[in-house]
Amino acid sequence: MNILVCVKQVPDTTDVKINPETNTLVREGVVSIINPFDMYAIEEAVRLKERFGGESTVITMGPPQADSALREALSLGIDKAIHLCDRAFAGSDTWATSVVLAKAIENIGKFDLIICGIQASDGDTAQVGPGIAAHLDVPQATYVRRIDSVHMDTEPKIMVVERLLEDGYEILELQLPALITVVKEINEPRMPSLRGKMSSKKAQIPIWGNKELKIEPTQLGLDGSPTRVSKIYTPPQKEGGKVFEGEPQDVVKALFEEIKDIL
Amino acid sequence: MSGIKVILDKCVGCTVCVKVCPVEAISMQEKKAVIDLDLCTLCGACPSSCKFDAIVIERQKVVLKDDPSNYKGVWVLVEHRDGEIASVVYELLNKAKVLAKDLGTYVGAVFLGKEITDKANELIHRGADKVFLIDDPNLKYYISENHTKAITGLVGKYKPEIILAGATTTGRSLVSRIAVGVYAGLTADCTGLDIDPKDKMFIQTRPAFGGNIMAEIVCPDFRPQMATVRHKVMPEAEADSSRTGEIIKETIDEACIDKRIKFLDFIKEAISTVNLSEADIIVSGGRGLGEAKNFKLIEDLAEVFGAAVGSSRACVDAGWIPYSHQVGQTGRTVCPKIYIACGISGQIQHLVGMQSSKLIIAINKDPDAPIFKVANYGIIGDVLKVVPLLTKSLKEIHSNAPAK
Repeated sequence: MNILVCVKQVPDTTDVKINPETNTLVREGVVSIINPFDMYAIEEAVRLKERFGGESTVITMGPPQADSALREALSLGIDKAIHLCDRAFAGSDTWATSVVLAKAIENIGKFDLIICGIQASDGDTAQVGPGIAAHLDVPQATYVRRIDSVHMDTEPKIMVVERLLEDGYEILELQLPALITVVKEINEPRMPSLRGKMSSKKAQIPIWGNKELKIEPTQLGLDGSPTRVSKIYTPPQKEGGKVFEGEPQDVVKALFEEIKDIL
Repeated sequence: MSGIKVILDKCVGCTVCVKVCPVEAISMQEKKAVIDLDLCTLCGACPSSCKFDAIVIERQKVVLKDDPSNYKGVWVLVEHRDGEIASVVYELLNKAKVLAKDLGTYVGAVFLGKEITDKANELIHRGADKVFLIDDPNLKYYISENHTKAITGLVGKYKPEIILAGATTTGRSLVSRIAVGVYAGLTADCTGLDIDPKDKMFIQTRPAFGGNIMAEIVCPDFRPQMATVRHKVMPEAEADSSRTGEIIKETIDEACIDKRIKFLDFIKEAISTVNLSEADIIVSGGRGLGEAKNFKLIEDLAEVFGAAVGSSRACVDAGWIPYSHQVGQTGRTVCPKIYIACGISGQIQHLVGMQSSKLIIAINKDPDAPIFKVANYGIIGDVLKVVPLLTKSLKEIHSNAPAK
């Protein structure tokens, strides 16, 4: 089974703080991590590869420093990495991002499955996964919490998955090649092995720009992105609320006094 | 190719841009801003924050594929299960009415399914002027691929200006696919939608970085403009059975049905009767509960409130409650009227999933817990004592209330 995993490098939210005086993001010492949901995508790819053989490849679109995210994926058991890095990709919204990733996947060639995390923690859009599926015209299943079965010996190959919904879950059957986006429930990611860490440091990671991908310039980066950011601001900070302290009986009574009108 | 530049004559060296840049691409050299183009992602944060208009993003002129003025109407994609319309649809219709009025156009509802024709009037009562209806056995279950084909066909034929959908698992997966095919701008999980009175631009406001910053998004050159909208942020449209409208019946070609994907089954969650995203009130439990069996206290309080049960990541990882209840960065983002956090310390990963709730009540024994910074009301005390008392008091209030 040939699997592609798409990941994004994001700032670790634990470290992102707001300076209340200037209302700006404080970034000193903020480390970059692999988007938390993508860790589950990586783990699932490694598990499927262990079961069915084949090759797993991780790709990311991002600036030069995203190299470390790819190496981390390699240390976790992914076989190959490709870095999509070009000034021309800057300013991409989800439409333009999904074009680049889809085009790279086409370039890589034959695949059975694409796995993405459901969404990235910096943008929270959940739009890029289905966007890639649409560009490649492959079936998709989003919010996958479990792969029930995989049939690699049928023609076409088939996979049965469970999608987590608001009020339960649904079971879908997909023909491969397909794209799934995964939630946390699907697995428990492993720690990198020492050997994985060592070999990932030495791995050769090809860098592809638009010279390799040959996307129409009108579909690329800022020019190819329908949406634009017109303004960014920090929301007003919440003022500290009312705090009750004392005997449980008294504080519960005091709270109900305050909220009785809205109940 | 487009790019970004600093107009040196206008730059006064105030360093605001240096602070807002999320990727640390700007530095000051000889009291002027210098942008490192290898780091810059053209995200738009600095031009919008510069009070002196000293940073500009230059774009190539977009060659329009179609004149935006050919596009009319504010559409709402109707999410439902077997004709049972989701409440987020009524929230969207309420907003669509305001947007359509500002733009001088109509409200459309796109309603796809099997044996749903008799429910179409409900959409008109809630504010739709036109219902685009496809009643077809092939559309009984929501399948992104089939719904995308059907809606893309309608978009090509009727050319709507704006399309809104709920930011639900279904809505987000569907619109992402539609937007690619029609080359439309799409903004996720909006909490505000407005029409600029000056230039009639559609302004979509959304949180980013888990609500730590807010972004306003526009889509000047592409149509339609699409957005998913967060649940429970906007009020529902009231039903008015005297409203009239037009039902436009359309069909889907059998050839458009995707054979590569099949719906097999839907299994309803057994644990709770109220689901997190629909709930007006959520009672959430955290590590402060101490052990799995104490989660019963949370469920009891939720029951008397008619609330949904939420959880911090710690309890899910400990196996006290299924993942579908997890609120926060790697769980769900919720926005209820009242959020009651019991024994949750309030790590940033939890806060980003619930801090936009309208009223937050926190119970925790640690007075320095970060949850109190976002709470409207805080109780410093032992959850194991306070929560049962809350349940008991609320029961008493209910039993003393005059029967309805």
